[in-house]
Amino acid sequence: MSTKLRRFHQARWDEPIIYELSTEGERGLLVSQVEEEIEKAVGDGLSEIPESMRRERPPNLPELSQAQVLRHYLRLSQETLGADLNVDIGQGTCTMKYSPKINEQLATSPKVAELHPLQDEGTVQGILEILYKMDLFLREISGLDQFSFQPGGGAQALLAIASIIRAYHRDRGEAHRDEIITTVFSHPSDAAAAAVAGFKVITLYPDEDGYPDIEALKEAVSERTAGLMITNPEDTGIFNPRIAEFTRIVHEAGGLCSYDQANANGILGITRAKEAGFDLCFFNLHKTFSSPHGCGGPSTGALGVTKELAKYLPVPLVEFDGGKYRLNYDRPHSIGKVRSFYGVVPVVLRSYAWVMSLGAEGLREVAEIAVLNNNYLLKKVLEIPGASAPYAPGKHRVEQVRYSFEGLAEETGVGTEDVQRRMFDFGVHYWTSHHPWVVPEPFTLEPTESYSKAELDEYIAILRQVVKEAYTDPEKVKNAPYNSVVHKIDHAALDDPSQWAVTWRAYLKKVKGR
Amino acid sequence: MKKLGLIVNPIAGMGGRVALKGTDGREVVARARRMGAVPESPRRAIEALERLVGLRGQVEVVTYPQEMGEEEARRCGFEPQVIGSIRPGETTAEDTRRAAREMLALGVDLVLFAGGDGTARDIYDAVGEEVTVLGIPAGVKIHSAVYARNPRLAGDLAALYLQGKATVREAEVMDIDEEAFREGRVTARLYGYLRIPYQRRYVQGLKAGSSPGEESALQAIALAIIDGMEDDFLYVVGPGTSTRPIMQMLGLEYTLLGVDVVHKKQLVGKDLAEGQLLELLEGRRAKLIITPIGGQGYLFGRGNQQLSPRVIREVGKENIIVIATREKINSLRGQPFLVDTGDAEVDRMLSGYVRVLTGYDDWIMYRVTG
Repeated sequence: MSTKLRRFHQARWDEPIIYELSTEGERGLLVSQVEEEIEKAVGDGLSEIPESMRRERPPNLPELSQAQVLRHYLRLSQETLGADLNVDIGQGTCTMKYSPKINEQLATSPKVAELHPLQDEGTVQGILEILYKMDLFLREISGLDQFSFQPGGGAQALLAIASIIRAYHRDRGEAHRDEIITTVFSHPSDAAAAAVAGFKVITLYPDEDGYPDIEALKEAVSERTAGLMITNPEDTGIFNPRIAEFTRIVHEAGGLCSYDQANANGILGITRAKEAGFDLCFFNLHKTFSSPHGCGGPSTGALGVTKELAKYLPVPLVEFDGGKYRLNYDRPHSIGKVRSFYGVVPVVLRSYAWVMSLGAEGLREVAEIAVLNNNYLLKKVLEIPGASAPYAPGKHRVEQVRYSFEGLAEETGVGTEDVQRRMFDFGVHYWTSHHPWVVPEPFTLEPTESYSKAELDEYIAILRQVVKEAYTDPEKVKNAPYNSVVHKIDHAALDDPSQWAVTWRAYLKKVKGR
Repeated sequence: MKKLGLIVNPIAGMGGRVALKGTDGREVVARARRMGAVPESPRRAIEALERLVGLRGQVEVVTYPQEMGEEEARRCGFEPQVIGSIRPGETTAEDTRRAAREMLALGVDLVLFAGGDGTARDIYDAVGEEVTVLGIPAGVKIHSAVYARNPRLAGDLAALYLQGKATVREAEVMDIDEEAFREGRVTARLYGYLRIPYQRRYVQGLKAGSSPGEESALQAIALAIIDGMEDDFLYVVGPGTSTRPIMQMLGLEYTLLGVDVVHKKQLVGKDLAEGQLLELLEGRRAKLIITPIGGQGYLFGRGNQQLSPRVIREVGKENIIVIATREKINSLRGQPFLVDTGDAEVDRMLSGYVRVLTGYDDWIMYRVTG
């Protein structure tokens, strides 16, 4: 049976910003007047709050009824795409897998949601145990010796890693080591975090076969080398088979090696950071370990290191003396605090539940299915005219592929951004690439383990349809979307801060001049 | 309504099939014809124009008679405004120059021209940077960066520019001595810059954000170079728009197509030839700042012959600072940098890997081959 193309049409509500819906005095709940008798007995409540702690003015919150709030957010939700709505394999590198709803129930249960981060340790032994055990799981999965759940995302984990690398060299009297080496197909946060931490960044380009260039690495290392910060497999989905040699070369030059395992979905239970010679690594619990991304966080970049580097981990660390769990802040070598309190506890909890439900064999099976799905998709995409997978021709890929529509663009004038807008007309995501576009007209797909063959076929059928249109009616694709909520966006505004605002206050200031 | 100027150099590319390496000079054209060469550029111009048919009715085409554009435009269903006059079958470089000047006077938004390096030089001589132009590659071997990679891409980029979806950048016009090229020697100099359309590729989605433009990357590179300047070094600044911001930021006069020398942030030599450079470098420590030629990737031997093997030896490999934006690197599509200094030993010395400054404290390792 051929796959049916949906006649999708997205809702478009032209919904204002919630502050624009505000009417003074409107309330969601009207609390009933306190009876005189009660007030006499307990006072008015407010006067109990010390003067110094009272706000002079109420917070500037929008004023709406419950029903208005409900409609507002339901409308917005109808104007989005997401993992719960579509076959979300078009967001390559994001690892959009299914996040079991039962784990959501655990994370939002009062037992978790009503914990206070300043509670006495004796009263939060349960959640501390989960943090501690998750650390043990990740030690097993990576081969490294201790983990911190402090960083609130992958880039923050990388910044913590760069800070540890800096502290390590400083303590050894080698503060002159100021260069971090990365590769162009590693996640750009590896370079960015190193730069923010004050390092010079040296980026390696692929060799002729599409692998990280080992000869370039040999030329790049020196007495200035502080470390290597890379992804493997890279964004191309290609696994660097000489990875142990890479870490050896950097170690011999005196540097440390950090493994960006934000996305470890293709190698869970198959390869480990330790055996590849890495000193540090991190996992994005919101990618590989199934916690939802939360539309940009908060999330967790679980940061792991070897014994030698454990003293630098951020505080606090959860420790266990055989009877009781405690938070240890007394760590003089620590790079310090990178986030408030324990980190993002619900994210760790969901990941813990996910690991517990799968077990060791289950984790490996996740990777095996993710890789199988990806290579099925690779074969199907390569059957589409105008599509290619640059680098390492004929080789299998791990969990994702960075494809190219250069052929399509040359033959039809339809580029990858045109295809992207047309894909939205069928209700699916389609992501191009990190910047800069080393692969021409790029697109990056990652099917994960969560989708059936039928669902992969549905995505392929859409892609096939759009390409068919590009060859028969290129203007149709160039003028897309038609059924999506947002039409063409002028990206030039992204470079001009005066044209965008991320808060209502900034909007008023920039647009309304207030 | 937007106006598109179209110039086809009908003899460009004729030498290629009969191995004549170019058609500069009337005699060579005649020889090519006798050898059975057929014009390449009309076909290529049509290939590009076919990508613009969607804009028929929105764009007015202004062109020269018959084989210089009129025929190609009509083939693609345009009804062009035809200006000027030619002697069919005997068009010359002067026709190209005159056409470009007249189109400039008519206020065209873009001049799309089909030709080779010689055609680009003619366009440059006629209009310089006064109007945005774009080359449809039809020449034997194209060294100039003002050409799109192929005719179809030229058409796509022209369409984007006419729809206001592309900005402009400066691109190199190279001057290749065809006579020498035919004899197996390549002597190339940087002839000038033309303004060509340029499509910034934006990346969608919050995840990636957008990268700063090429202009700010060049500023960052210049700042890094200046911050790193040491008083006991001379700084030999090679030609090009990539090195220009260094001189501009220092407030110094500069030679876009030549080599200048800076010491203690002051100009100590302007537009120097090899001999003058060697004289200045005598017994001094120096750093040499160069950038590859866009689209070609030549570090030495094209456009900067002043930087001869002797100059390179004098400075020393470790004191060569290569600068380039990531956009420029990407435009090489993975091809290594090239060196052709005329001295095999120096070429060998320069081969391997080089560090390239691509931003402030931002470097890449890139391959160099001789």
